[in-house]
Amino acid sequence: MEMETTFSPRRKIYAAVMRILMLVCAGLTCALAAFLIIYVLCKGIPNLSWELLSTKPSYLSDTIGILPDILSTLYIVLATLVIVLPLGVGAAVYLTEYAANKKLVAAIEYAAETLSGIPSIIYGLVGMMFFCQFLGMKTSLLAGALTLVIMNLPTVMRTTQESLKTVPQSYREGAFGLGAGKWRVIRTVVLPGCVDGVLTGCILSVGRILGETAALLYTAGFAHALYNLKDGLQNAGATLSVALYVYAKEQGEFDVAFALASILMVLALLINLTATLVGRYFKRRQDT
Amino acid sequence: MRTKRAMEDAIHGLFLLLGLVTVGCVLLITVYLIISGIPAIREIGLIDFLFGPEWDSAAAEPKFGILPFILTSVYGTAGAILLGVPIGFMTAVFLAKVAPPKMKAVVSSAVSLLAGIPSVVYGLVGMLVLVPGIRKIFHIPDGSGLLAAIIVLAIMILPSIINVSMTALEAVPREYEDASLALGATATETWFRVSVPAARSGIAAAVVLGVGRAIGEAMAVMMVSGNVPNMPALFQSVRFLTTAVASEMGYAGAGLRRQALFSIALVLFLFIMLINAALNFFLKRSKEK
Repeated sequence: MEMETTFSPRRKIYAAVMRILMLVCAGLTCALAAFLIIYVLCKGIPNLSWELLSTKPSYLSDTIGILPDILSTLYIVLATLVIVLPLGVGAAVYLTEYAANKKLVAAIEYAAETLSGIPSIIYGLVGMMFFCQFLGMKTSLLAGALTLVIMNLPTVMRTTQESLKTVPQSYREGAFGLGAGKWRVIRTVVLPGCVDGVLTGCILSVGRILGETAALLYTAGFAHALYNLKDGLQNAGATLSVALYVYAKEQGEFDVAFALASILMVLALLINLTATLVGRYFKRRQDT
Repeated sequence: MRTKRAMEDAIHGLFLLLGLVTVGCVLLITVYLIISGIPAIREIGLIDFLFGPEWDSAAAEPKFGILPFILTSVYGTAGAILLGVPIGFMTAVFLAKVAPPKMKAVVSSAVSLLAGIPSVVYGLVGMLVLVPGIRKIFHIPDGSGLLAAIIVLAIMILPSIINVSMTALEAVPREYEDASLALGATATETWFRVSVPAARSGIAAAVVLGVGRAIGEAMAVMMVSGNVPNMPALFQSVRFLTTAVASEMGYAGAGLRRQALFSIALVLFLFIMLINAALNFFLKRSKEK
């Protein structure tokens, strides 16, 4: 540190300017995040009421309720996870446990990378054409969920794959040595070892589903009707994000939009927190 | 024993099938877009379609030129990169090299929060804060347009740029930095003249990832850009490739107009595939180091 005094003024100025720039930029990033949270919560929470949360929109009394949107979101999250988990985990198991052909592995991994780079509006378009029209599902939560399955497949696959790699090879060898077949080893040794990856994949997917609009607008639609799970999946319904878009852009109902935004913001915070906690929990367990 | 063997084979086959689902999805999307995107381009003519300066799909004599969309997407993305990359890059260097652990935890959680905010929320805040703000500052009748979209996109790509560059900077071998310090460079000089060049592939990957995010974003941009198919100008209402697809999807009629929708999506898809290829190139190079 004493050396610093001998540096030329030009070099000292360079160091000072760069340090200040870095602080300003990092500060700006934090300020943006803080502003967005505070602004959305302050504008949104006063508009939240039990009536808003527990009713459906009514033209007769001219009120807006978001219960159908909450339920649609729940249904679509459930349906997507139920379908994407077996697909993603299965693909990851195939890649780490079975695949011997290097070219095939490369092809699958390249496909997954490509999928995660495709913009959601393209998923929306292809989903609309393929699920809604070609397969005749019409605009429905199920069609939306299937579109989301394709979008989230790479995420679940990657997180599962990462955690499968941490299952020690000796466990597998031990089980094989005891005479277990491949499937039995996977079921009893490999799969229990990748719970953390599956869980992380679920959390990330839920976050992405909650925030998705472009892929859902024309696949799951933007209706606000109350259904149970079974009928809901066959009918159109708006998730919270889609409802936000429709209320803000098409109807100019900014109070409702901010109420929805504050709910989404709190959910995003919760998801961030859960992801961190889950990561920490499994890391600690792995270390001990 | 035989049945057990058969069962193992069946399970192997099942997992193979599950593994191939991703490849199937990519093929489905690619083939679908190409098959449905080509007819309209054929009918309109590739040059007229790509470089036609006017889009008016609803007119009696419809015009299908998507040059305004392409240029808007390119300018919008370039603007977002110009604005977002310096901020993201400096923040990444700060996080990777300067920040003490506690401060790093705070800034990192702010970054992951920015990444978790749904795009419609960015759009909403953009509509109600940014657009009126631009209107007042520049004294123009309508604040929604290219500038608003650029600012929203710049904020939305920050987390990707910060996270990817930070990972690359943290992976720079300690010895490089020690050597530079031992030769008499200051800490700041070491970060910017040794660590950053050593991590350049990773940082390039971060920028390319940002480009991909920006060019693919639809909803937030839809809410602040005015959505009129003008040639791009900073204060002009504009339509991006993504928002053109989104707004045409609403009128799912038949005929050339519907086919042209797929052609726009195909052009967007080709852009994304190019960006993906660039991203893979940089990521691979950064891993090899």
